[in-house]
Amino acid sequence: MRRFLPLLLTVAVFLIGFAACTVQFPAFASTRVAANLLTDNAFLGVTAVGMTFVIISGGIDLSVGSVIAFTSVLIAVLVGQGVPPFAAFALVLVLAALFGAGMGAVIHYLRMPPFIVTLAGMFLARGAAFMVSVDAVPINDPFYAGLYDLSFRLPGGGRLTLIAMIMLATFAFGIALAQFTRFGTNVYALGGNRVSAGLMGVPIARTTVLLYALSSVLAALAGIVFSFYTSAGYALSAVGVELDTIAAVVIGGTLLTGGQGFVFGTLIGVLIQGLIQTYIVFDGTLSSWWTKIVVGLLLFGFIVFQQTLLGLSRRSGLGAARG
Amino acid sequence: MSAQAPPHPARPRFRWPPNGTGQFVALALVFLANYLVSPQFFDIRLQDGRLFGSLVDVFYRGAPVALLALGMTLVIATRGIDLSVGAVMAIVGAVAASLADTEPFALTLAVSLGIGLLCGVWNGFLVAVLRIQPIVATLILMVAGRGIAQLITEGRIVTFYSEALAWFARGTVLTVPAPIVLLLAVFLLTLLLVRGTALGLMIEATGANDRAAALAGVGTYATTILVYVWSGLCAALAGLVVAADIRGADANNAGLWLELDAILAVVIGGTSLFGGRFHLGLAVVGAFIIQAMNTGILLSGFPPEFNLIVKAVAVLLVLLMQSPALQGLFERLTRRGS
Repeated sequence: MRRFLPLLLTVAVFLIGFAACTVQFPAFASTRVAANLLTDNAFLGVTAVGMTFVIISGGIDLSVGSVIAFTSVLIAVLVGQGVPPFAAFALVLVLAALFGAGMGAVIHYLRMPPFIVTLAGMFLARGAAFMVSVDAVPINDPFYAGLYDLSFRLPGGGRLTLIAMIMLATFAFGIALAQFTRFGTNVYALGGNRVSAGLMGVPIARTTVLLYALSSVLAALAGIVFSFYTSAGYALSAVGVELDTIAAVVIGGTLLTGGQGFVFGTLIGVLIQGLIQTYIVFDGTLSSWWTKIVVGLLLFGFIVFQQTLLGLSRRSGLGAARG
Repeated sequence: MSAQAPPHPARPRFRWPPNGTGQFVALALVFLANYLVSPQFFDIRLQDGRLFGSLVDVFYRGAPVALLALGMTLVIATRGIDLSVGAVMAIVGAVAASLADTEPFALTLAVSLGIGLLCGVWNGFLVAVLRIQPIVATLILMVAGRGIAQLITEGRIVTFYSEALAWFARGTVLTVPAPIVLLLAVFLLTLLLVRGTALGLMIEATGANDRAAALAGVGTYATTILVYVWSGLCAALAGLVVAADIRGADANNAGLWLELDAILAVVIGGTSLFGGRFHLGLAVVGAFIIQAMNTGILLSGFPPEFNLIVKAVAVLLVLLMQSPALQGLFERLTRRGS
């Protein structure tokens, strides 16, 4: 049961936060607010699913924000030159898969820390985005406008947009992948203890390469979602998204030392961040940088909580060696 | 009985090239490339009692990252990392710019350094006492710090007129721009601190194996907190230099991504991310290599965004050279071939 404690705490924080917002602003409890919460954080959520896997494996991926920017710029330029959107999507997803697999291979075969390898990836992808175009490129394709308007009317006036549905589908996919497939089990094993995972027969090389490929593909998907959301591509967009994503994953109860965590928790982590932003919008007097401070405080609270849990389990002899 | 201990296996305290040959050659090559792109690269002229020129500019612009790299080297040597330095720079810049025109300069300086110290103590406390992974522990301040800085400046760019604070960028000592002098002073101080005392040895011991170091009597808690404090102080100084350079504090952009440049400088300088042995001087050289590449790209007329690609390639090259696995991989390949 201790496994679920961080997740329960995250859900509790979200529910308490939502309740507090509702008490202060009765209009908060509407499907409109809920649907916007999903739409506005769709690209963050899609990225965070990939990051959850990477962090469960004990790694980190700093390149996601740059991959989002690269994807959105490349799509905007390609679509602007008359390439059919779906062909552009396929191209960026394949490029991202190769990019991520390359980073995974470097991490595994050169035995370098994921931190520094994905840092190089971050520079590379951001630089490549600037190579494609330095300017913000608008997307005027009618297909795009049509897709953005595609939505599901909820009772109460909310609109569950396509990109919100993409995010929810990604989370469903992530949960299934983590809980019901061999790949998911391998990722957990890798994060628990790399050496013993290898001795148990977990294919470490393949899992690491797939893992970072997955993270980059989902970041590219987030880039596609982002291009729907903004109807433009810009190489300077999505700066710092990697930090927001890591924060969402940690607030979602995933252990940064690896081996423990739930994709569902990350969804709540993303929603908590969205909740803070929505609260600031509703309040109207608070400045938006309070978001960063509150997210920092939440990060601190959750990490200390996790550390205490870890210390307790170590003392009772249940925990593994520290990471 | 002769109490002669067997010769200590520790390396000599002062090691000099061939250790840093690669870095100096790299710096020379980048300088040469810059010279080929822009023949007046090495021209230095004296104007109003201050040296000017592209070469001086490399050192002037590189000084903040080099300052950060000094602190970062010690942190990385303990197997840590400090992601918060950019945010600390932003906070210090915001505070200094807000105080400079109304308070005496000594107070401004003391408060600025005090903030750097506090931030370092906070990071060190999280890492050493709460045993949080350094990446995560310093991530907290990296995220929250920029918010705090923006809170201080209320989202505006705070400008100031104080000449004393502006000295940190505009001033000169014997015609040399102040940031370079400041860097040299902090470098010598750090060198004295870690190589003149046992501190450097303790830092390396903590980074190589903190449990063994603790058992051997090294105060690993104090050592760890101290390196983060030093990193915070260096970040505070770098924050003052950057604020003085633009005569204002921009909470959004001051020090943005500089933590990554500083880490890159340390890695180029040959300090392993896995802790242990560290090279202060080479980290500074690493910072200047990065800045010289920046300057070269600007001089050559390429778009400045090209920089990122060059940086990525530099990281990859360094990774390849330093990779502990490269030899193993090589062996595996040759074995498979036979």
